Amino acid sequence: MHDMISLRDLHVQFFAPKKLIRAVNGVNLTVGQGEVVALIGESGSGKSVTLRSIMRLHSERSTRISGALEVDGKDVLKMSQRELAAVRGDTVAMIFQEPLLALDPVYTVGAQIIEAIRRHKKVSRAEAHRQALSLFEKVRIPSPERRLDAYPHEMSGGMRQRAMIALALSCSPKVLLADEPTTALDATVQIQILLLLRDLQKELGLSIVFVTHDIGAAAEVADRIAVMYAGKIIEQGPAAELLTRPRHPYTLSLLKSRSHGAMQKGQRLDTIGGAPPDLSNLPPGCAFAERCKYAGADCASVQPREETLSPGHVVSCLRVHQIADAHAVA
Amino acid sequence: MTDERDIGGPRQPLLQVRNLLKHFPLKGKGLPFASARSAVRAVDGVNFDILKGETLGVVGESGCGKSTTARVLMQLINQDSGELVFDGETVGSRALPLRQFRRQTQMVFQDSYSSLNPRMTIEDSIAFAPTVHGLPSREAITRARDLLARVGLQPERFAGRYPHELSGGQRQRVNIARALALEPRLVILDEAVSALDKSVEAQVLNLLLDLKQEFGLTYLFISHDLNVVRFISDRVLVMYLGQVVEIGSSDQVFDQPKHPYTRALLKSMPSMDPLQRTLEAPLAGDPPNPINPPSGCRFHTRCAYAQPMCSQRAPLFASDDSGHGVACLRYEADTASLFASEVSYA
Amino acid sequence: MPATIAVPATNPPAYKRSRGHWANVAARIVRNPLAMIAALILLTLIFMAVFAPWVMPTDPFATSMFTRLKPIGTPAHLFGTDELGRDMLSRLILGGRLSLFMGITPVLTAFVIGSGIGILAGYAGGFINTIIMRTIDVLYAFPSVLLAIALSGALGAGIVNALTSLTIVFIPQIARIAESVTTQVRRSDYVDAARASGASAFTIVRAHVLGNVLGPIFVYSTSLISVSMILASGLSFLGLGVKPPEPEWGLMLNTLRTAIYTQPWVAALPGAFIFITSISFNMLSDGLRSAMEVKQ
Repeated sequence: MHDMISLRDLHVQFFAPKKLIRAVNGVNLTVGQGEVVALIGESGSGKSVTLRSIMRLHSERSTRISGALEVDGKDVLKMSQRELAAVRGDTVAMIFQEPLLALDPVYTVGAQIIEAIRRHKKVSRAEAHRQALSLFEKVRIPSPERRLDAYPHEMSGGMRQRAMIALALSCSPKVLLADEPTTALDATVQIQILLLLRDLQKELGLSIVFVTHDIGAAAEVADRIAVMYAGKIIEQGPAAELLTRPRHPYTLSLLKSRSHGAMQKGQRLDTIGGAPPDLSNLPPGCAFAERCKYAGADCASVQPREETLSPGHVVSCLRVHQIADAHAVA
Repeated sequence: MTDERDIGGPRQPLLQVRNLLKHFPLKGKGLPFASARSAVRAVDGVNFDILKGETLGVVGESGCGKSTTARVLMQLINQDSGELVFDGETVGSRALPLRQFRRQTQMVFQDSYSSLNPRMTIEDSIAFAPTVHGLPSREAITRARDLLARVGLQPERFAGRYPHELSGGQRQRVNIARALALEPRLVILDEAVSALDKSVEAQVLNLLLDLKQEFGLTYLFISHDLNVVRFISDRVLVMYLGQVVEIGSSDQVFDQPKHPYTRALLKSMPSMDPLQRTLEAPLAGDPPNPINPPSGCRFHTRCAYAQPMCSQRAPLFASDDSGHGVACLRYEADTASLFASEVSYA
Repeated sequence: MPATIAVPATNPPAYKRSRGHWANVAARIVRNPLAMIAALILLTLIFMAVFAPWVMPTDPFATSMFTRLKPIGTPAHLFGTDELGRDMLSRLILGGRLSLFMGITPVLTAFVIGSGIGILAGYAGGFINTIIMRTIDVLYAFPSVLLAIALSGALGAGIVNALTSLTIVFIPQIARIAESVTTQVRRSDYVDAARASGASAFTIVRAHVLGNVLGPIFVYSTSLISVSMILASGLSFLGLGVKPPEPEWGLMLNTLRTAIYTQPWVAALPGAFIFITSISFNMLSDGLRSAMEVKQ
């Protein structure tokens, strides 16, 4: 049983006028069959770029990808455009943050799903319609028959997101890539969608890569969590382990920034000073060193290697052993 | 610190919002002059007070009317009915003309980029409002630079820049400086930190706390992020479909929520423990549209406690002695007994 | 809040200002080769038009029955002669004055008037907007060529009348763009912030709206110059604009019509000049638009 997704030493660079943007700098990630991995990070961390590289969605002209990228055992980087088109939608499907941008506004959602189904499978219109209906029922859209004839702008936010999930699942993919699917949703709708994704994943045995900046959302769905900073995964591990025993300073501060509610009134938040680094001008060593309160003299010049602390729990930090469990978050 | 503009003293609310109503009529199909059939009842009878020196948090989901309320408070849109009383004076009256009110109430918007004129330098943007009120340009620029320093941006580096050269967090600091340029007493923050990364958000929140203390400000903090609201607010107000459903201190609302919607909202927060995940969503469906809201209590269609009475009678808002107020028939004396005891949201 | 601002004795020091919007646009457009070529062509034409009396080889009004319709390359007449024996090159150079003038002036005037109307309608919104814009729409509904001809016909021939009718043709188009852009800007948060600070509508328009709106309107207007030139030439061609013996490219096209069988190249020359000038204005306008469009 091979891994569904395998990224090894993935590098993605964008050519901009007068500079090179190093968006992804050596990412190692595997997603097994039926596994849910969350990619967490802030803007500029490279999480969305990593995700989109899996389907090679970036413009070929201005992007350079190197490393190994395999999906379902096949080398994606070597595929031709035709082979890629066959994989997209069929093996790998994607859902986005803003359904209004991902769905075509001039066609009903039903029409879009039927089109997707017929693109990949040879079935009649009636059969495709039946499948679309059952998909709508699967994603728990009420009155599914009626909703198939709705246009995207006629649906509420939560319903649109469900329609997009239905569209993604229409060709029975094995892998679902989710790019911040719940970020734009209200809290009461977000939890519904997260639970839906969890149930669908269990039922269909999907492998999911879930990109988000919200740790809470990741905690609800992910088996494993990978934290990214400046284009590298600085820590990854089983969800429960990473959330209770984070070891990388950045992960620590990220988790702390979420615990506002537990703080005393009037206390100031513990912040990391500075700002995320310029991706066109990265330091030779650890990119977080300039903001890290545990940084040593060598941190800025030496790249930390990946170290396995316990099964599945990998951290890239020179100081990891000195930063003891004094900071374990309960 | 005493503010020479303080009229009513510390016990008087800084802003009293009374029966605010704002409907947006939906035009009949086609004809521009046809009478409105229905309307978006964005703000439908909102009452609350903002006390001097507090941070009042406002939470609610799409369609609850919090943004419209903020704009009405700023008088960027005029209410259909209802009044605002600022430190004892009605806004727009002879005692407190609109222009004077504007000097005392300012707003920070969510989108840090669109809140700044892309063609103006940072210092010009900040200095604009003071010059409108008569401050000579030299002094306005000096004040702008002073404020830039206070929000953590070095004037030498940032004063002559344009908005597109700054990051989101920096821009939001500029927006805060701009809001403070007129030396207001009340600052409305409408999702001011929502678009920022968590680490930047924390920095800006700290800044807001510092400024509040330094300048003796009062905040109305609107946000969908319950964690942030809990952290920064003294009292919290919960809105649903254009109405206030619950008010209380931060601890009261978060630890002992009374209104079923508040409870559902709090239960919707993702559990941070992968070993104890949320098993069932507290509410089904999307927040409803404020056009043609349900009869009686607006929440009854989604409420786990709902009784037939709830669709017939709209609850009245009432507070107990501790200031914890709610609009729900479960708490009204003559109807409380009709309801079953605790129904849990999964 | 305690007053903390000390009144400065002198002006605050000038801090380094970043490159402004227009400087950025200029920097971008000089990197656009097509736009620069167009600019060069136009500058040459404008130069020739302005300094026509000194640049012209001979008298453009001197007729001669003996040297009628000479071909291009004739020793004394590089571009040939027209049906009355006048030197084509001199007439083309002098004609440039009028043609360019009639291309630019209506657009410039319409820019001022149309922007005013559109910005007013856009900022005021509501009922005022409806009244103004629907009135404008009535004019806009007419195809520009027909409208120009009809107005010119009604006003009579002559340069001033032609300019007037062309200006009227362009005002609705510019007003529409102005209203559209102003409405967008009106909705932005920074205008709301300015309103929230108590500024009057006039101050807001002056300080915030104009700077953001005039640029796009101007760029759109430059794309109308070529249309104006062609319309003006058309009017002259029909006898509604410039009157002979003034040289104007459109008029020259008309009078050389009959020569198309005997000296086709000479007859086509005025048309070629109109074409080159129009294309150059369009390319420059396109270049300006892309230079401004870059999301900074």
